[in-house]
Amino acid sequence: MKKTVLLGALTVAGLAAGAAAAGTLDDVKARGTLNCGVTTGLVGFAAPDADGVWGGFDVSMCRAVAAAVLGDSSAVEFVPTTGKTRFTALASGEIDMLARNTTWTFSRDVDLKFTFVGINYYDGQGFMVPKELGVSSATELDGATVCIQTGTTTELNLADFFRSNNISYEPVPIETNAEGQQQYLAGACDVYTTDASGLAATRATFEAPGDHVLLPEIISKEPLGPLVRHGDNEWGDVVRWTLNALVTAEELGVTSANIGEMSAGTNNPEINRLLGTEGTLGAMLGLDADWAKNAIMSGGNYGEIFAMNIGEETPIGLARGLNAQWTNGGLIYSPPFR
Amino acid sequence: MSDVSFVRTEMLPEQDPPGSEVGVIGWLRHNLFSSWINGILTVLSLFAIYFVLSGILPWVFQSVWNGGSLTECREIMTATWGQTHGHACWGVINERWLQLLFGFYPSDLYGRPILSLVLLLVAMTPILFNMISRRMNWFLLVLAFFVTAVLMDASIFVWILRAGFAGATLVIGYQLVTLSGADRAEQIAQGAKRLPNPLMFTAIYPFLMPWLMWGGTIWPAICTAFGFVIGYLVLRFGRAYMSELLTMIAAVAAAVIWWLVLSGYVSSALSSVLPIGIEAVQSRQFGGFMLAILLGVVAIGCSLPIGVVLALGRQSDLVVVKFLCVGFIEFIRGVPLITLLFVASLLLNIFMPPGTNFDIILRVMIMMTLFSAAYMAEVIRGGLAALPRGQYEGADSLGLDYWQAQRLIIMPQALKVSIPGIVSTFIGIFKDTTLVSIIGLFDVIGLASAIRADTSWNGIYWELFAFIAFLFFIVCFSMSRYSMYLERKLQTGHR
Amino acid sequence: MTILTDPPKESFRLSMLLYDTRYRSATIQAIAMIAFMLLAAWLINNAITNLNTLGKPMSFGFLGDTAGYDINQRLLDYDSQDSHLRAALIGLLNTLVVAVLGCITATIVGVFVGVMRLSNNWLIARIMTVYVETFRNVPVLLWIILAMAILIETLPMPRAFKGDTPTATMDLFNTVAVTNRGVYIPEPLFSRSLGDIHFLGDMALRFDVSMDLIAFLVVLGLSIFGMRKVIARANTIQEETGDRPKTWHVLLGLLFGPSIVLMIVLGFHLGYPELKGFNFRGGIHMRNSLIALWLALSLYTAAFIAEIVRAGILAISTGQSEAASALGLRPNRTMRLVILPQALRVIIPPMISNYLNLTKNSSLAIAVGYMDITGTLGGITMNQTGRELEGVMLLMLVYLAISLSISGLMNWYNNSVKLVER
Repeated sequence: MKKTVLLGALTVAGLAAGAAAAGTLDDVKARGTLNCGVTTGLVGFAAPDADGVWGGFDVSMCRAVAAAVLGDSSAVEFVPTTGKTRFTALASGEIDMLARNTTWTFSRDVDLKFTFVGINYYDGQGFMVPKELGVSSATELDGATVCIQTGTTTELNLADFFRSNNISYEPVPIETNAEGQQQYLAGACDVYTTDASGLAATRATFEAPGDHVLLPEIISKEPLGPLVRHGDNEWGDVVRWTLNALVTAEELGVTSANIGEMSAGTNNPEINRLLGTEGTLGAMLGLDADWAKNAIMSGGNYGEIFAMNIGEETPIGLARGLNAQWTNGGLIYSPPFR
Repeated sequence: MSDVSFVRTEMLPEQDPPGSEVGVIGWLRHNLFSSWINGILTVLSLFAIYFVLSGILPWVFQSVWNGGSLTECREIMTATWGQTHGHACWGVINERWLQLLFGFYPSDLYGRPILSLVLLLVAMTPILFNMISRRMNWFLLVLAFFVTAVLMDASIFVWILRAGFAGATLVIGYQLVTLSGADRAEQIAQGAKRLPNPLMFTAIYPFLMPWLMWGGTIWPAICTAFGFVIGYLVLRFGRAYMSELLTMIAAVAAAVIWWLVLSGYVSSALSSVLPIGIEAVQSRQFGGFMLAILLGVVAIGCSLPIGVVLALGRQSDLVVVKFLCVGFIEFIRGVPLITLLFVASLLLNIFMPPGTNFDIILRVMIMMTLFSAAYMAEVIRGGLAALPRGQYEGADSLGLDYWQAQRLIIMPQALKVSIPGIVSTFIGIFKDTTLVSIIGLFDVIGLASAIRADTSWNGIYWELFAFIAFLFFIVCFSMSRYSMYLERKLQTGHR
Repeated sequence: MTILTDPPKESFRLSMLLYDTRYRSATIQAIAMIAFMLLAAWLINNAITNLNTLGKPMSFGFLGDTAGYDINQRLLDYDSQDSHLRAALIGLLNTLVVAVLGCITATIVGVFVGVMRLSNNWLIARIMTVYVETFRNVPVLLWIILAMAILIETLPMPRAFKGDTPTATMDLFNTVAVTNRGVYIPEPLFSRSLGDIHFLGDMALRFDVSMDLIAFLVVLGLSIFGMRKVIARANTIQEETGDRPKTWHVLLGLLFGPSIVLMIVLGFHLGYPELKGFNFRGGIHMRNSLIALWLALSLYTAAFIAEIVRAGILAISTGQSEAASALGLRPNRTMRLVILPQALRVIIPPMISNYLNLTKNSSLAIAVGYMDITGTLGGITMNQTGRELEGVMLLMLVYLAISLSISGLMNWYNNSVKLVER
């Protein structure tokens, strides 16, 4: 253990200077918990409940990784991050992975030096307007006041969209979704723009959801996915293949309900490889043989996680759309487990 | 001369003042309607008060207390009053108030933050209420620990406490049987004289509180505190062999060496040999109002000594020292706290050796401490400036050197004068802790956003902020009133 | 006779650095300096190592890149294709605007409340106390958020002005529109404008100066110069003859006449806001975020200023005003010549620190989406470019510069009203 000036205080805090060079996987195993960065609160994606237990779509991703690595889906420390602090927290090693509706972009990948391990949600920026305005297309929004959530790619897309369509607008930047919702409902802005999933989730909680429409234009591609630091490929592989395992499980029909009997052995070799009854995939990752089984048992497969947190049965009521399995005409597609 | 007299010879009986000058009417005339302008103002104010209250009171009191979600609240409102506007939904507070107070602190351990708060009050009594006797102070402390021992769940710490109390009861019981009444009174009087200064507990408290909150073994806290003891011992006994300055340097060096090199090993060795401790709580679980109190107390507690040093440095004749202190103070006071919090959340790790990573609450504590140290330095500088020149000259004429004069003459007086300023700095820092919500910590305002991100409470607004404002108002108002009282009390000696 | 001899010259020994008071202070300072330099070197070294590991060595090149985002309130021209530096400048101006507005309002409200707290009307004094205590004891961040919420929730939306039976109407003879997106007030327009002068061409720090404004300032300056001449002449006449000629009509004419003439020459007229499409167009738009921040900051700071003013007035002993009336000074002269100069000396130093606090608190603008420098440079720019170190450093420097200039300015003023001690 490295001793530093702050050691006195550090040991009081029960924390110590860890050597980041040792590899995140070993760090996480040694620590016994996964530090996972999430938002400070986004309906359906991450929010703490009355007992302080985090839940949501992004949170399930953290729990799956924790289950895969440590065998315990509750061994996660959730670190709430803001748009500003998320990348620093990841770069400085404060968190091991970031599962916070973060768009995969070139500059974040190349310039900010992060590795996006995959895409767990295909999103795009949309617009929501009150029905009574009678607007049917975003190109009719000349001169409108638009609420945008800052700290994301949203405001850049918006500026580009209005610029390229040569129409003017008045941006109202807001910090959190809750504030955006308040301003929009009070009519302080005509339009609310953020990721389409967020719009649908927000609209679902309105007193009269039917009074608001989502415009057909989706002005950007927002592939959201978990990310890790550049240069730690073992750890990147662990997170990437945990995500893939969840996706593959849905594709192969492995659910948290039937995983017990499935793991006894099936006649589908890919399921066997996935669940560790055949081959040594777990060992290759440096994990136990039943890593994927643990991950799937933590919250179900991709489809179950989706349905439980943001799916059509929940108040948020998002359709699978682009996020359906490729076999159902969506984009969710995992490389094979072989 | 005739005996006609134009002067009244007998006294008239005293008359009651006219009815319009006494009683309710008189009071009204004097205080509300003394002139026509005042009359108009009074009527206008009454109207304004009615306007504000008629908006707020129905909202507060015609409200729903037990809705499990905003939708449920709205249903109840529609069923009861036919509309959802103008009625509060306190269901959110009903469900989340413990979270707003304690953050994500494990609910079975709520006793610990409460205990540390009670102990904080006990620790502050010798400073704030100098009329309370020593005996009373120690009695309060023992009482606090006794209640802890009775109420708290069994842990080693509580068992030690219980054992201590059982022993004490035995000893007292034995003495009750064996000693006569007069002897007992004699013994109590003797004991009261031998009681140590209660400020000792105040000095221990800054180490006790983090330990109570964070948990874990007790040794790191003790070892950290021991560094100060080492420094003090070197200072105390080194004088015989070395010059004053050399002793001081040696003391600082010894303490630093202890903290940097030895304390880590000693504390881990002790922890493995004697694992006395309580359940550890991750600082990420800290939040809510408790976080504000923790940050405020730590920032003020740690910044007080730093502030004293900075204030002395600012008044020093040594150009370099003065320059450094002035630079630090003016820099910190010149930038907003939010930028310092950005430093804590974004940059502090960059300035540490590669691989260092310590937790965000600790980083925020460091920055808040530096922030309040600069303000504290100015408060104490004010206290120093308020001292008459004669005090310094008197110290010089007694042949005291700089540090003796500071310790025995200057600082006790300067700090006493500064107490109101310190309290208002504390109120300021305490209110400023809400800024940590901007860097993603879950203090009350951060928690309010998180609660609003919950599907069942999405869209709720006023109730949360009214509750938060109420909490802050209660705490800050009582502190500011106390500080005013203190100011009046302390003023007498220094006019 | 005694012969004074110089003490024997001691040769310099190393121990003298510690024991000899002549050298000791130098020793301490050297140690402090070395310790400080070591600390700084250690921090800088760590930073360089860490930044290299992260792969983003310190560089301010990002300031020249395209910002890509829009800013709603801009005092200078700006669009999303301008650089981050330009965006920071726009933010800085916004910070200054809210700080100046806030300081002025806080002073006015604070002085008013401070005086009213001493009112002999019981009710008024109590209301002012409630105001002061409520605002002082709740965090300013909460006030900012609440002010914004109140504006949004209570004022009508622009849509309400529309239709055959609008639920809201414009105020002051249809010239001012108060909506929950902000307040629209008429703007001064010139049909024969003199145009603008552009400075610094196409650079990021370019700015325009309106010739109309300059013309106005020149005319106003000349008017004031003329007024002083008139007053000086009146004084001379009064000293020579004892009679003071009537000057007020000349003064009024001098103050307003030339300006009115200039306005007519330039074709002055007001541009009224009109509801077009989604929003009001025309007029000056004071956004909600600005008003909320301005209100919250000034009301919060005013509570502190009120206490300062009250303390300042109470600090003047009644003997002063009694002595002044014994000298035969009239009440307004007593106030101007006796009470105020003394009270100001007590009031100004804490007032300076409150102005500073207000300016620093304006950085909480991000809570309501007001694009000040923390919102542009320290917000979106930092998010987009990922240059936290450079961004935060620049941000601190800017605030430091503002704070130091305010305190410098106010200290200069304080010195000018300070009692000259003999």
